[in-house]
Amino acid sequence: MSALRLTEPRFVRWGLIAVAMAYLGLFLLVPLAAVFFKALEKGVGVYWAAISDPVALAAVRLTLTTAAIAVPLNVLFGLASSWAIAKFEFRGKRILMTLIDLPFSVSPVISGMIFVLLFGAHGLLGPWLIAHGVKIIFAVPGIVLATIFVTFPFVARELIPLMEAQGSEEEEAAITLGAGGWQTFWRVTLPNVKWGLLYGVILCNARAMGEFGAVSVVSGHIRGMTNTLPLHVEILYNEYQFSAAFAVASLLCLLALVTLAAKSFIERKLHVRKEAA
Amino acid sequence: MGFTLFYGSLIVLIPLSTVVLKSTALGWGQFWSIVASPRAVASYRFSLGASVVGALVNVLFGSVVAWVLVRYDFPAKRFMDGLVDLPFALPTAVAGIAMTTLYAPNGWLGRYFHALGIPVAYTWLGVVVVLAFIGLPFVVRTLEPVLQDLDAAVEEAAASLGANRWQTIRRVILPELLPALLTGFALAFARGLGEYGSVIFIAGNMPMRTEITPLLIMIKLEQFDYAGATAIALVFLIASFGLLLGINLLQRKLGLERMGTVQK
Repeated sequence: MSALRLTEPRFVRWGLIAVAMAYLGLFLLVPLAAVFFKALEKGVGVYWAAISDPVALAAVRLTLTTAAIAVPLNVLFGLASSWAIAKFEFRGKRILMTLIDLPFSVSPVISGMIFVLLFGAHGLLGPWLIAHGVKIIFAVPGIVLATIFVTFPFVARELIPLMEAQGSEEEEAAITLGAGGWQTFWRVTLPNVKWGLLYGVILCNARAMGEFGAVSVVSGHIRGMTNTLPLHVEILYNEYQFSAAFAVASLLCLLALVTLAAKSFIERKLHVRKEAA
Repeated sequence: MGFTLFYGSLIVLIPLSTVVLKSTALGWGQFWSIVASPRAVASYRFSLGASVVGALVNVLFGSVVAWVLVRYDFPAKRFMDGLVDLPFALPTAVAGIAMTTLYAPNGWLGRYFHALGIPVAYTWLGVVVVLAFIGLPFVVRTLEPVLQDLDAAVEEAAASLGANRWQTIRRVILPELLPALLTGFALAFARGLGEYGSVIFIAGNMPMRTEITPLLIMIKLEQFDYAGATAIALVFLIASFGLLLGINLLQRKLGLERMGTVQK
């Protein structure tokens, strides 16, 4: 060992590790453990009853449907916008990028509110919608719209830096060799950003299924109809049905854990690619 | 490209512009009386205060976590690293009920605080605890790449010029980290300011005391007081756009291109 002190004394090192572990344990692990503990506190029977309740199942279905609509739409948009931003120069590029970031900086409650203002009974388009018998607020379309808004940036945000880093040489080569626009996209661009795209999709999906604030504003909390899983958790909790609330919450925790696992798997893949490049 | 702009404005711009439109329908005096009402002002103060404290906690412990994860080797490091993103992945409502149950006067952790005479749940402290959870990844994930890219040679130079370790950290490493720390703080702060799902469970939601601004907006919406909700939302939106602008300016000024990889 040289005389140079390039790291901290041993006790400082372990002290810092202990602080970090304690913080992560206290703030991340303990709450997670608490959810599962509380869910199973009253036995497996109560747990099973809570998650196989028809209302809970309806909430599961609605959550899945919402994600199934919102995620593909935002994937489409994410691909289109990152393609436009990374591969072309055009006016208003900065504005578009700010636009993509906007939903991140808006409070979820406000995100939900804007749709009420737009489509609600007293909203801008409300009277017209009522006249035509279309219901958006306090119904499924509103939930889907709010979810799309909230999850709007995820895919685009992942893809833009990736596509920018890759440049457009490979695409140019493909076109020179006679490939059409679509062919280039399917054969060159898409495989290049495959993992980044998947990463974005996973984050987008997790948020779509877990969104609470925005959805809560537009949903109207109609049981079995416009209740997503997180809203169902809230209702049960506020009715002091704690075991049931935590049972449903544990489903969402599992979703989060799967998300994390998939995320770190993909992160490793992305890392390997970067090092190979 | 056309599709991008079209979808972008359809989903984001048009809805947001309704907020401005709707508030202008109110007269200036009316707008002011809603926005500056004692209850609204109390909620701004509470939201601001709690998010600043929460973000400070995040910066403090987030930097320890980031430092440890980048610099040291220890068991379960990979697992811990993956866990940092939990607040991104876990639905906020779940985080809210879990924290509330833990810190309630009869909860696993709350009972000890209660015995010490420090109630956590249903006070501002509880809100800070939840925000300390929510904001953690922002700080850690902003710091990590910067820490990784630090040039070891600079540290070696400092050490060989006779600086002790503490001096090296304070004079060499900390200035390098400052921009990332600021960005992490701003991101955590912005998220904390708008946070709704997790906070409402633990805050107790007493008007004038522990009521956050997003909740006040929600209450007004539930009472069909759309004008009032919109007015307060506008104040809130302007504040968060100001923050966003500030972050962007800061990033450009400090030339931190790395920020593109931080997802929120």
